[in-house]
Amino acid sequence: MSRALTAPKKKRNIGSTLLTVLFVLVCIIYMLPVVEVGVNSFKTNAAVNTDTFALPNSETFVGFDNYVKGMNAGNYPFWLSALYSLFITVVSAFLILLCTSMAAWYIARVSSRFARIFYYVCVFSMVVPFQMVMFTLSGTADMLKLNTPWTIPIIYLGFGAGLAVFMFTGFVKSLPLEIEEAAAIDGCGPIRTFFCVVLPMLKPTMISVGILEVMWLWNDYLLPYLSLNRTKYMTIPMYVQYLKGSYGSVDMGAFMAIIFMSILPIIVVYLFCQKHIIKGVAAGAVKG
Amino acid sequence: MKKRKIKGITDRNAVNSRLLRRPIQRCFPLFLLPTLAAFCIGFVYPFLQGLYLSFCNFLTTRDATWVGLANYVKAFSDPSFLRAFWFTSLFALVSIVVINLFAFVLAYALTQKIKGSNLFRTVFFMPNLIGGIVLGYIWSTIFDAILQNYGKQLATDATLGFWGLVILVAWQQIGYMMIIYIAGLQAVPEELNEAAKIDGAGRWQTLWHVTIPNVMPSITICLFLTLTNSFKLFDQNLALTGGAPIRTLADGSQLKLTEMLALNIKSTFDINQNWHGVAQAKAVVFFVLVAVLALSQLYFTRKKEVQQ
Repeated sequence: MSRALTAPKKKRNIGSTLLTVLFVLVCIIYMLPVVEVGVNSFKTNAAVNTDTFALPNSETFVGFDNYVKGMNAGNYPFWLSALYSLFITVVSAFLILLCTSMAAWYIARVSSRFARIFYYVCVFSMVVPFQMVMFTLSGTADMLKLNTPWTIPIIYLGFGAGLAVFMFTGFVKSLPLEIEEAAAIDGCGPIRTFFCVVLPMLKPTMISVGILEVMWLWNDYLLPYLSLNRTKYMTIPMYVQYLKGSYGSVDMGAFMAIIFMSILPIIVVYLFCQKHIIKGVAAGAVKG
Repeated sequence: MKKRKIKGITDRNAVNSRLLRRPIQRCFPLFLLPTLAAFCIGFVYPFLQGLYLSFCNFLTTRDATWVGLANYVKAFSDPSFLRAFWFTSLFALVSIVVINLFAFVLAYALTQKIKGSNLFRTVFFMPNLIGGIVLGYIWSTIFDAILQNYGKQLATDATLGFWGLVILVAWQQIGYMMIIYIAGLQAVPEELNEAAKIDGAGRWQTLWHVTIPNVMPSITICLFLTLTNSFKLFDQNLALTGGAPIRTLADGSQLKLTEMLALNIKSTFDINQNWHGVAQAKAVVFFVLVAVLALSQLYFTRKKEVQQ
């Protein structure tokens, strides 16, 4: 009996080793585009164009020159656009998480006709492409002075509410009522019940929604492009598109340095909390 | 089990209680109002206004004059819109198949207890975090570097542009879908696989008759996400080819050969003010198309899900 079990196991080991080797190879190929950007960010403009895949040699290696050049390419400081991106992402994500979780709790626990209609409109908004509202939304943003990095989070809260409300409401409905009732009997008002009892229970969904929203906010191009005053405020995606799309010919070495600077922070953050991110994405998708 | 999710809110007895309802309702300004107000500003009002403006001629949102269905007639007779429609549909079809096939195969292999599967998962998911604009420029440098050996350019060949876009989007999204498939595969009860084995089912039979029916919820989600993502694709399209190559038609208008619907709407807005109404009408058509496709896909694949 035991021999019969061990024999095929050994065979599978060889198979799984082969599979592992194959995966290592595929992973290396998968990483190449990012590595290529990193390598090219240390080469001269001409070398990026002619020998894209070559490693820098003594002639083409320029050290950190490209990074210095890239910092001010296009007469707009790169660090400023990075700061705007960071500010908009953090504030919008915070606002979305706080406001929509409160709204979801209200929807689930009150479930009046009005709340239910609001919920369905939120679900409906998830299938509406941005192009449908882009012209009118940027008009509205201008009219209400929501066209600065300090106020654009309100637009993001509005346009990003659909998914977040949908996910939070689904989760709140799965929470046991008894805990909140117990809190109410013990004298907690709705505000304390929400912040001290419900919010801690929402944490896993917070992480899922937070990750999805941050991934969207950080990389979003068209919404800030249309709503913000482009000469004053640029986010990283706007900056990259501006350099390549409308600024004219740009030094490719410096451009590669900018691209590398814009993806490096995300990759570092990702490597530190990849477990949460992957778990959060999986959980979020299964719930949706 | 999933079907109940959306309908769940009507199940009132389970989700609210008298003890909580009134006090929460009294806090309406704090709990619901901020989201409601922002939602009206950021979605409801622009949506309704957009719907109205698609029947108007306008320069800004203030000076609209009613023209009825003229914008829609103009939109449907615009060759660039029809070209974008076919390009987008073909692209969606190819990318949905490619992404889901590779994602499922990877997920299936990575759930077979191989060493380092966590590391592989991390690597495959990584491209997802990079935004579409940056991705487009990374890949356009790579493609042009490869193609210059053959004396070609991405911007001068629509077929190359098409496949370039497919490779880019596959590279970006395979990891994401793989994660969802892995979650689905791990949720299949081990007993089912063992039962199949005892009944004498081979690996393929188990995969086809046990595993796939049980991961249908994941397949539904992944098909939904890939379908809507490919139809709504904008950033990647703009950065990789920007619609190039451009062909000039007999009437002097320009036809961008690798332009997708979302980009076509944006560039129609940019032609000049006479085209604003047409662009908005195109956007409404685009919205209806995406909504109908997404909802009918959900309806058809939900029917195939195993009831547990």
